Amino acid sequence: MTALLTIIVLVFITVAIWQMVKIFDLANANNENSQVATDKDNRVNGYLMLGFLAFIYIITIVCVVKWGDLPLMSNSASAHGPQIDNLMIISMVLIFVVQTITQFLLHYFAFKYKGEKGKKALFYADNDKLEFIWTIIPVIVLAGLIIYGLFTWTEIMNVNEDDDPLVVELYAQQFNWKARYGGADNTLGKANVRLIDIDKANILGLDESDPNAQDDVITSELHLPVGKPVLFKMRSQDVLHSAYMPHFRAQMNCVPGMITQFGFTPTVTTAEMRQTPQMLEKVARINRIRTDKSKKLTAKGEEALDRYEFDYLLLCNKICGKSHYNMQMKIIVESQEDYDAWIKEQKVFKNSLVQN
Amino acid sequence: MSAHADTHDHDDHGHHHKETFVTKYIFSQDHKMIAKQYLITGTIMGVVGVIMSLMIRMQIAWPEEPNVIFEALLGKWAPDGVMDADIYLALVTIHGTIMVFFVLTAGLSGTFSNLLIPLQIGARDMASGFLNMVSYWMFFLSSVIMIISLFVAAGPAAAGWTIYPPLSALPMAQGGSGMGMTLWLVSMAIFIASSLLGSLNYIVTVINLRTKGMSMTRLPLTIWAFFVTAIIGVVSFPVLLSAALLLIMDRSFGTSFFLSDIFLQGEVLHYQGGSPVLFEHLFWFLGHPEVYIVILPAMGLVSEIIATNSRKPIFGYRAMVAAILAIAFLSTIVWGHHMFISGMNPFLGSVFTFTTLLIAIPSAIKAFNWITTLWKGNLQMNPATLFSIGLVSTFITGGLTGIILGDSALDINVHDTYFVVAHFHLVMGISALYGMFAGIYHWFPKMFGRMLNKNLGYIHFWVTAICAYGVFFPMHFIGMAGLPRRYYTNSNFPLFDDLSNVNVIITIFAIIGGAFQLVFLWNFFYSIFYGKKTVQNPWKSNTLEWTAPIKHIHGNWEGDIPHVHRWPYDYSKPGHDEDFVPQNVPLKDGEEELQH
Repeated sequence: MTALLTIIVLVFITVAIWQMVKIFDLANANNENSQVATDKDNRVNGYLMLGFLAFIYIITIVCVVKWGDLPLMSNSASAHGPQIDNLMIISMVLIFVVQTITQFLLHYFAFKYKGEKGKKALFYADNDKLEFIWTIIPVIVLAGLIIYGLFTWTEIMNVNEDDDPLVVELYAQQFNWKARYGGADNTLGKANVRLIDIDKANILGLDESDPNAQDDVITSELHLPVGKPVLFKMRSQDVLHSAYMPHFRAQMNCVPGMITQFGFTPTVTTAEMRQTPQMLEKVARINRIRTDKSKKLTAKGEEALDRYEFDYLLLCNKICGKSHYNMQMKIIVESQEDYDAWIKEQKVFKNSLVQN
Repeated sequence: MSAHADTHDHDDHGHHHKETFVTKYIFSQDHKMIAKQYLITGTIMGVVGVIMSLMIRMQIAWPEEPNVIFEALLGKWAPDGVMDADIYLALVTIHGTIMVFFVLTAGLSGTFSNLLIPLQIGARDMASGFLNMVSYWMFFLSSVIMIISLFVAAGPAAAGWTIYPPLSALPMAQGGSGMGMTLWLVSMAIFIASSLLGSLNYIVTVINLRTKGMSMTRLPLTIWAFFVTAIIGVVSFPVLLSAALLLIMDRSFGTSFFLSDIFLQGEVLHYQGGSPVLFEHLFWFLGHPEVYIVILPAMGLVSEIIATNSRKPIFGYRAMVAAILAIAFLSTIVWGHHMFISGMNPFLGSVFTFTTLLIAIPSAIKAFNWITTLWKGNLQMNPATLFSIGLVSTFITGGLTGIILGDSALDINVHDTYFVVAHFHLVMGISALYGMFAGIYHWFPKMFGRMLNKNLGYIHFWVTAICAYGVFFPMHFIGMAGLPRRYYTNSNFPLFDDLSNVNVIITIFAIIGGAFQLVFLWNFFYSIFYGKKTVQNPWKSNTLEWTAPIKHIHGNWEGDIPHVHRWPYDYSKPGHDEDFVPQNVPLKDGEEELQH
């Protein structure tokens, strides 16, 4: 409703502006080239250019101050996270500097050299030296960034199998996630969607005759022991999905017909993350918002919202259909002991099958 | 070319063949009329695309609230005014498709390539007026089919404008992947054919029909941009066509190019051996060059407008041409940066990071050269000038974040978040739109013989400029906070609750910005009929189109085609009284042409 009213108001404003412009036009109706900028237009728009420069700077500052603490840039929960965060911060600073300078030059020149009748511009068509300078500077800066970026990328994407990583399968389907652990042998059994047998509750299509599959554990919550490298093997049964774990700076698509992988080492347990000052503040802020919303909801006779408590999440980040917006799985990072205790409670594959 | 010379020999204007209403306004083979047809069709599609974007924004800002606009426009897809999740994805998909292809490819490049190539190189018309006409009508047909697809019972295509299979291939996976997707594919196949016919025509015309004296180094940068854009189009669009055809085969004839091992709704499908990643490669082999197909013509228009209105030569003409060529070449070998985390080999990711970041170099050269063109100029602040400066501004802001997204390591965490949405809307969406607006304000007199109202132009620019930043600048931050794009609502993620007020602010800017496009539409349609009549060369420009008569005639010039004696950027040249010297003015005694 608000939106409609806004639009109606704007339409009226438009009509009003049109009428004003018509009056302006009547004033210089006898000038044959009246729709070309005059000195006055140049002056007014020149000053507006300066104003716009100020607007760009202000919106930058407002965004950084007000929302600069929202980004995931310094609170990663994985071993490789700080590398990405550092590179991100360096790139951001660089962008910020270049943005500030070039926007200044652009808008300041537009203001400074606004046209005046009788003035003649400088006939200046080329300067090889100048052009060489601003070709070579980006070349050097980008070379640095490329090299830094490529080292980081290679390090992240190369999973070292010698570290004896915990192997976990992330299994995607419209619209939920399952995790599969290799069990005592830390080896995932063979699987293919063709082997899915819903009647026997073999929902991930594991090969029932594969000895490695017998002790596999399938869960709908992802538990990870802190400090231990994890190698994720991603699979999808229907369409493309993407396993996005923003706090761990991790993401990989799940592609039907192939197995993709991504590895990282979680470094901060869920409990520790909840206690960081940054997170305490964020959660408090979110809960203030939720309390306000709840008040409105209860006034309408609807249920209030639950209090929010922080948890790591796995989100689907590739458009996958109607309920794409709600395809998530909780991730819990805990101590090795807690993890061992939890995994022991879970049913292994061979016991989870329904026998006829 | 002799046959051509015969049919277009208009030097003898005594017996001009009579045109009927149909041959003049509908099945016209005149490039100027075809340009207007492209522009008006593109504008109408643009209105549809913008209305969709506003509905998307309103849904994101106020996800729980019923909205009368939804109820009125979406009908059964918004029972009681609450938008359905499927139609949200459909809106996202069709908005993207319409804006990228129908507005910014056909509406922008189609309009200005058609209008300016013959007029600026000094040709009577396109190499083939007939193919040009066919090209427009195929575009029109594809637009109609795309619009019809909105009214299909199971909903329009909803798999994102990238239509990745299997989602787009299986009607069981999503309602929109049935008839809606079929129509999408048919529409796009026709669109691609139209675009290819247009591009071939542009290439042939620029190579063969330049007037005497118009060497390649005397071409205005607009023509260079259109020419190179057409080449990129011819190289990359057929690949998308093949991807679309293979997808049609998978959908309708049971092949498995892109599908394998799928279990859906309780049954195993027969597909085996295909790979969705193959589709991604084919799609982005066009998809990435496509963003340059969109932005290069805008850059060409803006180079011309900035030089004319600064009353200065474009700075570094040679470097500008080299940058266009470099961008065109690099654009065809960077597509993999859309696929860093698609499951392709990480080593390929390294290669694509390298090539992608290289594109920043020619882009930087262009930006610096535009800024230097302003330096010590005598800047005429026409609405077209403002939009051109606006393009440089948004191109810098949006382009810089490309350094982050092109870096595979950083892409991991911002891929498919709102950071990407902010980046590409600024660098190709808003920038190209500004280029298109700049072009319309500048060449409107050439198209319609009348001027657009400048004061409305100023209002249009300043509100649009503020709203564009208001919408897309904060969006980077919610992206960096990890918010995925294409979510119907974020209310299932309390984690993102503190972003909801940012989303409301963005939406308010979007509504204001969208509403003020009405100022432009009004100005545009009103001025076609009642605008102030133009003078011969309102912007005191050097290029040939301003030597052609205001009233459109078939064949562009009465009598001989003007010959060209100099490059198009002799603005404020010492030794001349006026601050411009049109290209058809011979060199004075002792005057030297700038060696560029």
